[in-house]
Amino acid sequence: MLLALLLLPLIGGILVAFLRDDRVAKRAALAIALVELALVVPAWLSYDPDGERIQQTLSVDWIPAFGVQFSLGIDGIALVMLALIALLVPIVIGGSWADKLPEGRSAAGFYSLILLMEAGMIGVFAATDVFLFYVFFEVVLVPMYFLIGRFGGPRRQYAAVKFFLYSLLGGLIMLASVIGLYVVSARELGEGSLDWATLTEVMQTVDTSTQVWLFLGFFLAFAIKAPLVPLHTWLPDAGAEAPVGVGVLLVGVLDKIGTFGFLRYCLPLFPAASQELAPLVLVLSVAGIIYAALLAVGQDDMKRFVSYTSIAHFGFIGLGIFAFSDQAATGAVLYMFNHGLATGMLFLVIGMVITRGGSRLISDYGGMAKITPVLGGMFFIAGLASLALPGTNSFISEFLVLLGAFGPEPVYTIIAAVGMILAALYVLWAYQRIMQGPVRGNALVGVGSGPGTTIAPEVGAKRGISDLSKREIGVLAPLVVLIIGLGIYPKPVLDVITPSVQDTVTAVTEAPAEQGGN
Amino acid sequence: MTATSWLLVALPALGALVLLLGGRRTNAWGHLLGCATVLAAFVYGLVLFFSTTGKAAGERVADVNLFSWIPVDALQVDFGLRIDPLSVTFVLLITGVGSVIHIYSIGYMEHDDDRRKFFAYLNLFVAAMLVLVLGNSFVTLYLGWEGVGLASYLLIGFWQDRPSAATAAKKAFLMNRVGDVGLALAIFLMWKYVGSTQYSEVFAGVGEIPTGAVLAIGLLLLLGACGKSGQFPLQAWLPDAMEGPTPVSALIHAATMVTAGVYLVARANPIYNETATGQLVVTLVGVVTLLIGAIIGCAYDDIKKVLAYSTVSQIGYMMLAVGLGPIGYALGIMHLLTHGFFKAGLFLGAGSVMHGMNDEVDIRKFGGLWRKMPITAVTFGLGYLALIGFPFLSGFYSKDAIIEAAFGKPGWQGWVFGGAAMLGAGLTAFYMTRLFLLTFFGKPRWKDIKSSDGREFHPHESPAVMTVPMILLAFGSIGAGFFLYSGDRLVTWLAPSLGELAHAEQTAIDPGLVPPLTVGLSALGALLAWLLVARKETPVERPERVSAVVRAARNDLYGNALNETLIARPGTWLARALVYVDNKGVDGLVNGLAATLGGSSGRLRRLQTGFVRSYALSMLGGSILVLAALLMVRFA
Repeated sequence: MLLALLLLPLIGGILVAFLRDDRVAKRAALAIALVELALVVPAWLSYDPDGERIQQTLSVDWIPAFGVQFSLGIDGIALVMLALIALLVPIVIGGSWADKLPEGRSAAGFYSLILLMEAGMIGVFAATDVFLFYVFFEVVLVPMYFLIGRFGGPRRQYAAVKFFLYSLLGGLIMLASVIGLYVVSARELGEGSLDWATLTEVMQTVDTSTQVWLFLGFFLAFAIKAPLVPLHTWLPDAGAEAPVGVGVLLVGVLDKIGTFGFLRYCLPLFPAASQELAPLVLVLSVAGIIYAALLAVGQDDMKRFVSYTSIAHFGFIGLGIFAFSDQAATGAVLYMFNHGLATGMLFLVIGMVITRGGSRLISDYGGMAKITPVLGGMFFIAGLASLALPGTNSFISEFLVLLGAFGPEPVYTIIAAVGMILAALYVLWAYQRIMQGPVRGNALVGVGSGPGTTIAPEVGAKRGISDLSKREIGVLAPLVVLIIGLGIYPKPVLDVITPSVQDTVTAVTEAPAEQGGN
Repeated sequence: MTATSWLLVALPALGALVLLLGGRRTNAWGHLLGCATVLAAFVYGLVLFFSTTGKAAGERVADVNLFSWIPVDALQVDFGLRIDPLSVTFVLLITGVGSVIHIYSIGYMEHDDDRRKFFAYLNLFVAAMLVLVLGNSFVTLYLGWEGVGLASYLLIGFWQDRPSAATAAKKAFLMNRVGDVGLALAIFLMWKYVGSTQYSEVFAGVGEIPTGAVLAIGLLLLLGACGKSGQFPLQAWLPDAMEGPTPVSALIHAATMVTAGVYLVARANPIYNETATGQLVVTLVGVVTLLIGAIIGCAYDDIKKVLAYSTVSQIGYMMLAVGLGPIGYALGIMHLLTHGFFKAGLFLGAGSVMHGMNDEVDIRKFGGLWRKMPITAVTFGLGYLALIGFPFLSGFYSKDAIIEAAFGKPGWQGWVFGGAAMLGAGLTAFYMTRLFLLTFFGKPRWKDIKSSDGREFHPHESPAVMTVPMILLAFGSIGAGFFLYSGDRLVTWLAPSLGELAHAEQTAIDPGLVPPLTVGLSALGALLAWLLVARKETPVERPERVSAVVRAARNDLYGNALNETLIARPGTWLARALVYVDNKGVDGLVNGLAATLGGSSGRLRRLQTGFVRSYALSMLGGSILVLAALLMVRFA
């Protein structure tokens, strides 16, 4: 099953690249993405939350000389991430349907890269061999680099290179740690292994200072991906220059590789080091919540705005993971899932605003809800999910993170709670500036009349600004249903996540805090 | 009966859903659906009420768990309802007054293109408010708590193309969120010490919580209550909320939502009973707020803002009452109920005046309106008399009871709290008399002027769809107080939720003296107002040469200015500075460090240009920063 999930977009992506007709290419890509989504359903249904930690496994010898295997398998955490990917890709394809690509770029190339990226991300989450994980971790960069660099906005080259180098260098440092793991396992077992389950056993007895060094390699790679402040500066550029659909995948899924890595690799492989270094990660996370939220308040570029809200949200996830409590970590995983829906929707909605107004700057807009009430309503719903209003899915996750973290880490939690107020501020202020008040701004009124010019709403309509099309509503509707549905009944997702998370947290909390050399 | 009680929430929620999804197609009948769902909920509430009164007192509290909401390991938050005298009382208030105001809105919003959207939001509000009062855990309460905040935001900003409305809505939401954070932290403390968020388990486990933590929980809950109920120091949003259509002010910002803070303290009575300091702070907040509200109310000329500050002040009385502990919980709820009637009636009356006066709100431009709108004048007059505590009307019973109880505090507290509450009564009489006289009596000052949009004033009585609700509420202004007070009807009914009403062992002054003294002070306040208004003609334009006291009151006792200087302006500055720092600083610092390590600081400038190499270096710089920090922690 996992192999099929991996191969379908991979082969599909390659085939789509050879299609001559763009319209056929986009239909084919959508069909493949929908089949992929359908394939996730049996994987979800056959997953037994109370069974083995890693299920639906598949293992083939790959590089026997180094004990490297091609092995796939999922736990509850990986499963919800797979579901998120499979869900977002068709939505992204639908959302990009009418995008104008830069001169000389073919739609076939674009959708082919999207599918290849889907395959890469599935590989990252399904790999259970550390080396295989590393390979997918690096492979994902390639389609993303081309998606930003070839199909992005005016400064796409700059953003793509910046993104690529940050990630690549993080990956290289991680590679050093992967090799280190191999060496340690060879020392302990007599024969090196990179199998995740074997390594978690082996590392239990390894002394703390070795753990710390290896931890750091993984942590840096993941902290760049996630991104944690101060390694975040690539994201606003990449997010701003990437096409909207790609941006959704970037902040919605790709960044989650970082936090997934914390949970799957940092915590179970290096329990003593995780405990030792948790204070620092907590400081970075909480600083990120406040710092990025303030930056989001001050942004004028809407796409950068979404990127910064995202960095603030990642702070909550970091807090949830490194507080080491079942509730907080479960909340963090749920946050990873919910954030994909909520921020994904916000990104898509902002893309729809930009398509209409032709400008990324908030100051070019005003009173838009008067012209496009449905778009205004969608913006508002996405905003509410972003500020974690109860009744939306994000509330459950943010609440769990803070509630769970409060016991072990009250001070950080109280500071993080201030982020709740700032979230309301940045969402509502952006909404007010773009959607409320009289119709105004260059993007809506016409260049030359200047911002602040009040005109009748029908003038906006004359310039060809229309409300959401059926396609656009169709793209957003599933997200709205999930955002509200999972806010009221999150149990199906929580039930899948909780046992795997408990396992992870127990691995850290029950490990001895300090281990001498051996 | 209780098993189907989820219908109470589902009915208005369904109404909101249909109206929001249906869009323009529902224009023709949307308002009728909106009224029907709330009326149906009211009928259901009545049936529920009578089925509850039929039970023995000990069996009147029932928990109905609907489904498992947030289950994570030991944390089990159920989505459940608590049907008990307190919640049923609120259900009747919310759906009863809610129905009346829904019907009134049919007339008031008749000329608005988005009337169905208005009813959708009103329905949403009712659903959220019912979740708030019916929830059987603090998390469910929190769901309703922020839900009503959302509805309030949508309704204050209903005319969202007005920048002032949009700003007021945002301000209300943000100040509420400050309080909400307090409420959330209180819930986290409960989880930490009791391991549950359900009412039944938290209240049963209060005894095991350390004293300091109980106090912290009490104060954090109070912070939440202050946000929602417009209490000091979070009172500034409520007057601005008057930007919303007047039925919203009546329902949400007078009768129901803003009293949620009082509900919260009363509901959490087992917690407050354990912390005398917490109770004292609640009382203090109430006293300070009731005086602030009354003082500012004297200075405003905007009919809705005077009523808004009056609401702030009256909720101060309720807070004072519930802060008194077992001698006050039920009294706070009684004042909340009577206030729900007369204040909603006053707001609807104000709306009726505005409806007939081109939406004018300045009482200096009114005058002599009783001839033109007699029904409004009479119903408004009854609400006014009830509010100032005219003998045997609603407010007389509920307010006097609170003042008496306040004198029951031992030592200086009794004198201070009782005295302040009595002084507040005098001030209330002053500003309300001024408002009433300037609006309905005296010379018709509107005859010689035009409204701001250049039209002449042609005041007229409102249609029956608006006057009938006002008449209904006027009956409440007359009789609700006596009905609830006589034979300790309400106090006995609420005992299963709030405990038996205790009585102070000794009071600072003889309880028999309180009614005559209060009535006397109120009469004095009314007399002063009459002298001020009747002695000389009131200018249509507001005089600007006034004493420092009046100027301070007109500026909300500088509450807004304080927020502006302490939070808003530094905050804006900080956000701007950080954007600069992040673009130039953090990015630059990472780049700069990389350049230094790369051995050539002279290349610093060129690094900004996006070379592959420079970003390779910058990446390295960032990594080294974090690595160094990590190692410092490790080896420190």
